[in-house]
Amino acid sequence: MADVAYLPGLPRMLPALLPADDNSSPWRFPQYFADHFSEVMGWLWAHTWLSVVPVIAGLIIALPIGWLASRHKWAYPPMMTVSGLLYTIPSIALFVLVPPLLGLDPLSPLQVPIALTVYSVALLVRVVADGLGSVSEETLQAATAIGYTPVGRFFTVELPIAVPVITAGLRVAVVANVSIVAVAGTIGMVNLGLLFDQGFKLSTDTPYYPPIVLGLLLCVLLALVLDLLVILLGRMLTPWRKAVRS
Amino acid sequence: MIRFDHVTKRYPDGTVAVDGLTLEAPTGRITVFVGPSGCGKTTSLRMVNRMIEPTSGTITIDDRDVTSLPPHELRRTIGYVIQHAGLFPHRTVIDNVATVPFLLGTDKKQARARAAELLERVGLPAHFARRYPAQLSGGQQQRVGVARALAADPPVMLMDEPFSAVDPVVREQLQDQFLQLQEELGKTIVFVTHDIDEAIKLGDQIAVMAVGGHLAQLSSPADLLARPIDAFVAGFVGRDRGYRALGFARGAALPTTPEPTVRFGERVPPGGLEEWTLVVDDTDQPQGWLRSGPSGSPPGSPIDDAALFRGGTLATQGGSLRAALDACLSSPSGRGVVVDGDGRLEGTVHLDAVTDLIASRERAEVTGGADG
Amino acid sequence: MIGNVLRWLNDPDNWNGTQFTTGIWAQLQTHLLYSVIAVLAALVIGLPLGLAIGHTGRATSLISGLNAVRALPTVGVLVLLVVIIAPHFHGRTSKGYIIPTLIVLILLAVPPILSNTYAGVQNVDPAVRDAAYGMGMTGPQVLWRVELPNSLPLIFSGLRSATLQVIATATIAAYVTLGGLGRFIYDGLAQQDYPQMISGGVLVAALALIADLVLALVQRYTVSRGLTKRFSKSTVGGAVAADLEEAGVEHT
Ligand SMILES: Nc1ncnc2c1ncn2[C@@H]1O[C@H](COP(=O)(O)OP(=O)(O)OP(=O)(O)O)[C@@H](O)[C@H]1O
Ligand SMILES: [Mg+2]
Repeated sequence: MADVAYLPGLPRMLPALLPADDNSSPWRFPQYFADHFSEVMGWLWAHTWLSVVPVIAGLIIALPIGWLASRHKWAYPPMMTVSGLLYTIPSIALFVLVPPLLGLDPLSPLQVPIALTVYSVALLVRVVADGLGSVSEETLQAATAIGYTPVGRFFTVELPIAVPVITAGLRVAVVANVSIVAVAGTIGMVNLGLLFDQGFKLSTDTPYYPPIVLGLLLCVLLALVLDLLVILLGRMLTPWRKAVRS
Repeated sequence: MIRFDHVTKRYPDGTVAVDGLTLEAPTGRITVFVGPSGCGKTTSLRMVNRMIEPTSGTITIDDRDVTSLPPHELRRTIGYVIQHAGLFPHRTVIDNVATVPFLLGTDKKQARARAAELLERVGLPAHFARRYPAQLSGGQQQRVGVARALAADPPVMLMDEPFSAVDPVVREQLQDQFLQLQEELGKTIVFVTHDIDEAIKLGDQIAVMAVGGHLAQLSSPADLLARPIDAFVAGFVGRDRGYRALGFARGAALPTTPEPTVRFGERVPPGGLEEWTLVVDDTDQPQGWLRSGPSGSPPGSPIDDAALFRGGTLATQGGSLRAALDACLSSPSGRGVVVDGDGRLEGTVHLDAVTDLIASRERAEVTGGADG
Repeated sequence: MIGNVLRWLNDPDNWNGTQFTTGIWAQLQTHLLYSVIAVLAALVIGLPLGLAIGHTGRATSLISGLNAVRALPTVGVLVLLVVIIAPHFHGRTSKGYIIPTLIVLILLAVPPILSNTYAGVQNVDPAVRDAAYGMGMTGPQVLWRVELPNSLPLIFSGLRSATLQVIATATIAAYVTLGGLGRFIYDGLAQQDYPQMISGGVLVAALALIADLVLALVQRYTVSRGLTKRFSKSTVGGAVAADLEEAGVEHT
């Protein structure tokens, strides 16, 4: 756009952010999307899969561990310590550490989902334990008195009551995963992180914005959509809370 | 003296919590605000130390308007005990108590020494000083709350349901200790409670408040029981008013008769005893009644815990007629046990004698007017 | 593979560096430098802001707005900032990369510190705050003597969470050509020198654990025992708690 140059005092750093004709303008991301549609959709799909599946796997693993920690006082501190330590390990370190520890190929496609599952377990064990711990002893005894078996009681009484707390934990895990998965793109894993990698590599001389902006947008959108899905799922599972929410 | 002069508090949402309150809380006395939930007791109390500002009207302490000082300076001169103690969880018990002296810039060592002294006075052993509030029971926390309010030796104390969070037995203990302390210290106290019995027990003067923030009645406890001003106060003061009023009645001396006794730990003499015999210990303090005869302890059997009937209460000579009446009613022998100030047996009194005293007092009250 | 990693970590040349390579010690220094600057800057921004918002109860919408920031992918933001800023620096300087990296790290560290500080002040028992005013404390005295010490457990878990995220993300500095322990990961990847890459991961993980341990110790000696009721609480795991706290998860 020619008239940009006439605006007095415009900071020199910003012109690239304004609509411009050349292909490297940030506003050209739809064009970039259209040009690389099938490729980017593939990355988006991979990104989604990598963000969601480890959380589900993590939840399935965390449920029994968290249940144990919530029902047995002795189990709580060591389990919280172990999960806290796991959570302390930086994600990128975990990516490169998983293969040698499990005897996989150094660049196995499984390393990222496994590492993220470990992460999700670390986060969710605490959430599940605290969520189940919030079920009162009277409720448990009432359920037992009615005649539930321990397993029946867990699925029909304890778990539903813990759903709001677990939902909140799942939201944290899913949103964090979307960001962490992008990091894996920088070590060559296939996902939306590759958009940043491309943008960076194509910007050696002059900035090339479209893939970067597109990546940011898709990541944020994905995080928001997944967050919303978790919220909806949580509401579906706790219809009785509608009355309270009003 | 604290004086409320046409004090009204209207909250921003339109709720009138206190409506035109005018009363005086005399120096060195306990004034109790009592009334149903939401009647504005807390609001009235908190306007004294300006935790809440009145919408209109003035409050003075010793004829000085409370608004003449910045709020934080005013508050340092007023002891304040809140309902759930509100202790600082991050500070040790002793530093909690020394809060206001620290604020006033008192030397730390001196402030702590004084705090330790106060802890003892409210009945907490010295080793509690280094504990944290989380390590105390509810009753112990209340004591620390009272000690903290007393730390800077303020002439005025505000207490908002300070004993409500504890069980009845502990509450009774706290109340007794509080009265003892007040006897020594003589503070000007405004005390809030919703428990009419607590009000009657502690108050020199009771202000009954009705929902909407009106002052329904201001009088001495005895007067309140004897002459509730309207149906609301009568209903609030509750049942058994006549009986409870006897708690304030100190009639003429109880006409006691000597009572034969046996000693605890000895044996029933071979000749047997009257049907009911009073048992005392080595210091002449009554322990309970012993039953003899066909359905009681036979001659030669031990006078021990198993043989004793401990159901009876004791009346103190010079105490209230309520205690004397109760001693008669609760005694298995029908004779009320009377002790002196040291708890030693003085004799027994008959129900008839007590009711005679009550009757003569009633007549005096009706003709001569009441005094507390 | 594990043997090769141990061999790599045992080689003094890898620690001290050679004519052609930068050693672990030097990269560790760089990594720590970025991390410390970022965390300190985030503390300087987040702590006073969190205390102020918590104490006054104003501008609380800022806190909920912060949670949206979590959805931003850090790599993406880093690359964007590098691409915008780097071209404005010429010659033999890495400022064009350091500045964006620090911005991203600070951006990452402020939300946990700010929102945990805010939550800490908010969570102070109203009866305790009431008592503080009732004893005659002024507003600032209530803040310093009551609200701040009572918020410390939450502030520390925010600080620890921020520190971990910063140490983890400082690794990506190497992706945009800077130093730090991430160098070994990205160089190892590029040269297909997997022992080096995995050693890089081990080093970053060790640094994170040590940093968390140090902060846990500081926390232990700073936070009043009356609050921690020590003996029952585990010392690690603060980061999980902080992330959940930020998201508004109640825990028992
Ligand atoms: N901040 C406020 N805003 C609006 N209304 C209030 C506020 N505080 C108290 N009220 C209302 O003012 C009235 C008096 O409240 P107050 O706390 O003084 O009652 P109270 O006599 O102490 O009751 P309780 O025995 O339950 O403690 C109540 O109706 C209450 O709902
Ligand atoms: Mg009240």
